[in-house]
Amino acid sequence: MSGAALEIQGLRVSFDHPLGLLRAVDDVSFTLRPHERFGLVGESGSGKSTMALAIMRMIRPPGHIDGGNILLGDTNLATLSGDAIRRARLAGIALVPQGSMNALNPVMRVGAQVADAMRDHGVSVSARAIDALMARVGLPAGTAQKYPHELSGGMKQRVCIAIAICLRPTVIIADEPTSALDVVVQRQVMRTLADVQQDLNAAILLIGHDMGLMAQFVNRLGVMYAGRLVEIAPIAEIVRKPRHPYTEMLIASLPSMDHKDALRGIPGLAPLLRDLPSGCAFHPRCPKARDRCTTERPEPRALGDGVLAACHFA
Amino acid sequence: MTAPLLQADRVGRVYGGGLLGAARTVALDDFSLSVGAGKPSVTAVVGESGSGKTTLARLLLGLTTPTSGTVRYRGEDITRLSGDARLAYRTDVQAIFQDPYGVFNPFYRVDHVLTTPVRKFRLASSRAEARALIELALRTVGLRPEEILGRYPHQLSGGQRQRTMVARALLLKPKIIIADEPVSMVDASLRATILGSLRRLTDDLGISILYITHDLATAWQVSDNIIVMYRATAVEAGQAEAVVKAPAHPYTRLLVGSIPQVSQTRDWLATEPDLQRPEERDAACRFADRCRFTMAVCHTDRPPLSRIGLRHAAACHLHGQHADLAAEDLNDVLA
Repeated sequence: MSGAALEIQGLRVSFDHPLGLLRAVDDVSFTLRPHERFGLVGESGSGKSTMALAIMRMIRPPGHIDGGNILLGDTNLATLSGDAIRRARLAGIALVPQGSMNALNPVMRVGAQVADAMRDHGVSVSARAIDALMARVGLPAGTAQKYPHELSGGMKQRVCIAIAICLRPTVIIADEPTSALDVVVQRQVMRTLADVQQDLNAAILLIGHDMGLMAQFVNRLGVMYAGRLVEIAPIAEIVRKPRHPYTEMLIASLPSMDHKDALRGIPGLAPLLRDLPSGCAFHPRCPKARDRCTTERPEPRALGDGVLAACHFA
Repeated sequence: MTAPLLQADRVGRVYGGGLLGAARTVALDDFSLSVGAGKPSVTAVVGESGSGKTTLARLLLGLTTPTSGTVRYRGEDITRLSGDARLAYRTDVQAIFQDPYGVFNPFYRVDHVLTTPVRKFRLASSRAEARALIELALRTVGLRPEEILGRYPHQLSGGQRQRTMVARALLLKPKIIIADEPVSMVDASLRATILGSLRRLTDDLGISILYITHDLATAWQVSDNIIVMYRATAVEAGQAEAVVKAPAHPYTRLLVGSIPQVSQTRDWLATEPDLQRPEERDAACRFADRCRFTMAVCHTDRPPLSRIGLRHAAACHLHGQHADLAAEDLNDVLA
C-alpha cells in the first residue's frame, strides 16, 4: 500500500440535469499523508464541499460518483457497499460538517447524541467516557447534559468535533468548521482541532475559502476551480510564490493587516457548470490568458518543490 | 456649530426585564455618535455577535426605538419628524443589509427594487428619465445594466445582488449609508470588489458610511475610523491606523491577534491566549472575565474611555493615567 492516509484518484462526481450531465468534481487526484493537514480552497460552487461529501459517500441523487477511487488505507470507499461504508464512517473517516448549528438534534441532550453515534457502531459507552470526550474538546463539565440551544456556536462546533473523534478515525474532514463563528472563537476551535489531531495521530482535510486560515493551519493546499484542482503545493511555497494566476488572485483578494492598498477582487464570475468555458475554465477571468488557453485545457504538471499546477504558463 | 446630520445622543436599548421578570438584556448602553458631521468618512463599528453593533444600526435607521436617549436627524428626534422632514430623513439616510438574498422578492424582476424608490420618491418625471437614473446608479457600482435589468434575483450572483442594493441606495443621493455586514454573506473574492465600490462613494460622492462588521481586517482596509464594541459599549475608538496598529484595549488586542493572515510571521494558534473564566456578571468591566490583565479595580469600577492619543481612546483601567473622555464626546477622537 502507498502509506497514504487517504488517496483520491481521478474522482468524478456528476449530477443529472435536464440539460445533461453536470460534472461538479472532475478528475481530482490528491494524497492526504498520515498526520498531515491538507487544505482545499475555492469559491462557492468550485466543488470543494461536493468533494467532502463524495469522500464520505454522502452524495445523494441526482448526484453520483461516476469514476475514480477513494482509498482509505487498503479500502476503496468508492466501491464499498452501503453497510460497509456505514461502518467505515466515524471509525475510519469522520466529517465535521458545515453549519454546526443545524447538525445537532435540537430535542436531544448533546451527550446522548455522542453516545448514539458510538452505539450505532456497536460501542457501548459510559457517562464518564462521554464526559472525558467532552473535556478533550474543551467543553466544561456538565455540557453532556445540555441541549443544543443552551450552547454557543463555538460549543456546538466542539460537540460536532467530539462526535467526529469518538471512534478515533485516522482521517478527519472539516468542511468550513468555523465559517459561522467570530475570529476569536474561530481560533479557539481550530486550536482544539489541532490538539485532537495530535492526540489521535490523524490526518485532517480542511475545506474552506479563507486563504488566511489555510495559511495558518495546513501543511499543504489544493486550490479548486470549476470542479478541478488547479494547484497543489506546500503552504509556504504557495504563499511565497503562487503558480496559478487564480491562486495568486485569491491571495491578493484577502484584506491584509500589513499594508493598506486598494482592495482587489477577482473580476468576473465563477463559471456555471452547465456552461463551462472551453480550454482552461479560468481563461475568461485570467489576466495572463492567451489564445492557447481558450482551446487547450492545461493538465496538472509537477513543477518541483512538491508543486503541481494546471496552467500553460506556470 | 450646526447640528450633525444624524446623531445618537446617549442612546440605550434594553430588552426584557418587564413585569413578567424576563431576563434583562442590555443590547446597547448609553452610546453617543454623530454621523455625517464634517468631512465625509467611513467609520467602522466592529464587534462580535451580541456586541450591540446591529442594534446601533437599527436605532439610527429608526427600525428600533431606544429605551433611553434620542436619535436625532438635523437636531430633531427622528420619532417626531414632520412629514417633510421625515421624507428628507428617509432620503438622506440609506441602509444596506447583510443578506443579499432575503431583500429581493423572487417573483419580481430585479428592476422592481430599483423602480420602487424612483416612483415613491418621485425621482423622475418620465419612464426614460427613470431608466437613465437607474442605469447610472448601476454603472456607479461597477455593474453593467444590461446584465442586471430584466433578470430575476436567482439569475444574479450574490455579489451582483449586493451591488444592486448599493445602487438602489445611491438612487436617492443619500448623505449617509448605514451598511450592516454588507459582505459577510458573499465570497471572499467578491468582498474586495463590493467594499471598494463603497469606499469610492465616500471619496467621489461625499457620502459618509457607517460600516457595521465583525471583520476587523476589512474595517481597517476601507475605514478612516474604527469603533470596537464589546457587550453593549465602545471599548476602543479612533483613527483606523491607531486602533489596528497599536490596539490599546485587551479585547482589541485579542481580536487583532485572532485574525488569520496569509503571512506566517507568528504562531497564530498559540499567540494571545483568551482566558475563559466563568462569566462575572457583576464585574464592573465587562471584559474582566476574559482579560489577562484583570486587576482589583476592574471588579469595582467601570472603566471610562481614556484619551490615549489625539485620535485614539480606550475604556480600560490600564490606561487610567490619561484624561477621561466622556462617552458623549466619542466623536472627538474620530476624523
